[in-house]
Amino acid sequence: MSEYIILSFFLFLGAFIAAAATVTGLLLGYRTKNTKNKMAPYECGMQTIGNARIQFKVGYYLFALLFLVFDIEALFLYPVLMNFKEIMAGNTPLAPAVVIIDLVIFMAILVSGLAYAWKKGILKWE
Amino acid sequence: MFVPSVTNPIGDFVRNLVPQVTAYLPVAFQSETLDSVVAFLINAVICIIAVCAVNIGSAPILIYMERKVCAHVQCRLGPMRLGWHGTIQTIADVLKMLFKEVYAPSGADKLMFYTAPMIVLIAPFMVCALIPFSKDLVVADVSMGIPLIIAVNGFGVLGILLGGWSSNNKYSLLGALRSGAQIISYEISFAMILLFVVMISGSTNLMDITMSQQGTVFDWWIFKIPVLGFIAFILFFISSTAEMNRAPFDIAEAEQELTGGYHTEYNGTPFAMFYLAEYIALVTNSALATTCFLGGFHAPCIGIAAVDNVLNMVPGLVWFFGKVFFMIWCYMMVRWTFVRPRVDQLMDFEWKFLLPVNLVLLTAGAAWIAISG
Repeated sequence: MSEYIILSFFLFLGAFIAAAATVTGLLLGYRTKNTKNKMAPYECGMQTIGNARIQFKVGYYLFALLFLVFDIEALFLYPVLMNFKEIMAGNTPLAPAVVIIDLVIFMAILVSGLAYAWKKGILKWE
Repeated sequence: MFVPSVTNPIGDFVRNLVPQVTAYLPVAFQSETLDSVVAFLINAVICIIAVCAVNIGSAPILIYMERKVCAHVQCRLGPMRLGWHGTIQTIADVLKMLFKEVYAPSGADKLMFYTAPMIVLIAPFMVCALIPFSKDLVVADVSMGIPLIIAVNGFGVLGILLGGWSSNNKYSLLGALRSGAQIISYEISFAMILLFVVMISGSTNLMDITMSQQGTVFDWWIFKIPVLGFIAFILFFISSTAEMNRAPFDIAEAEQELTGGYHTEYNGTPFAMFYLAEYIALVTNSALATTCFLGGFHAPCIGIAAVDNVLNMVPGLVWFFGKVFFMIWCYMMVRWTFVRPRVDQLMDFEWKFLLPVNLVLLTAGAAWIAISG
């Protein structure tokens, strides 16, 4: 438990260092007048055209959905595969054959999901 | 009441020292709980200082190293003026960075603009706290090490997306979205490769994974399983390169197309934080590769007693950092020798090649365990 408490310190450590650096930069940094041209977002030297908060391609969102599916499926595999050696050695109450059949079914669902997405053309980047 | 404790030599030293100091306090304040809480806090501070030293101290060294490696690959000399062979050039750069102006462009979401570098820095620091540097030098020896690393790695994406979106710059937005799509795609194969390591070593604790590679070089996971271990190592190398947004997979930054990607609008110290996060991620990913495949802090013994005794005299910390720097050198050489793929080639490579190969590798590994017992 104390390990997790120390780890939670590190959660804030990175944020704290970045905040401290930003404040140092604001305090020490060279300052110039905030003219319109200086504050304009960089656009290869041209005058900035319009706002950058535009509607964006849906493809990125689909990849995020796919990521969610596969990452969670990978996390589901962790508890089983972590004890896979023990299960195969027969040190657990689970029967090795049942575990293997379950895993095959799980992997089949995973692979068929990937194959479906592939066939649907979601994986094609345009 | 819950009494925290830390088990490592420094922790024992602090735990013995604190009661001697608190004995001078008025009797009303003396208690076992106070002692252990104070000992815990001192220990936490020591751990934090150590990790900060490793992380922040390694960044200037790595930047210098990258400049030199890059220069020698391209038949140049690299920085030569400041100090012996330009050794203090990076320190001068850091000083220059501190005195640069910090401002957000007009139309930027100021709160998110300054929050983004903070979020980006969290992930590598937390991962660094989980890595066992030596037999008894690990800050947080948690049982859920590898799933935690995968979870924490996802943080960085949020920072990059926030930074790109809040800048109100089209290049930043495009770079951030590209980089987000790339990182989350390669995160899957990253998780699957670590899953493979977890499966063959039978534990998610990084210390246990290291200890399962005790023995000679041929007990390291890269060589222990015939062929599969080496393939897994190569796949880990590829997906972690993409995870870090390093060349050749740096389409998010692609200076020729996107003028720097998500940190186009950043300047001064917030920009330095993105840079720092990138280099700390390089260290943590190399450390992870070392822990999972290259035997962690174990000496590269070869099975001949006379040689092994000499090799074992070198402390584990030295071996660990030796391997880490070897990995970093590999990442750098890959960066300066390979060409950058197009964005669609990159995504195809992950979803249509790496992911199926990973699934096959997992199955083959499971079969190997089932057969060899």
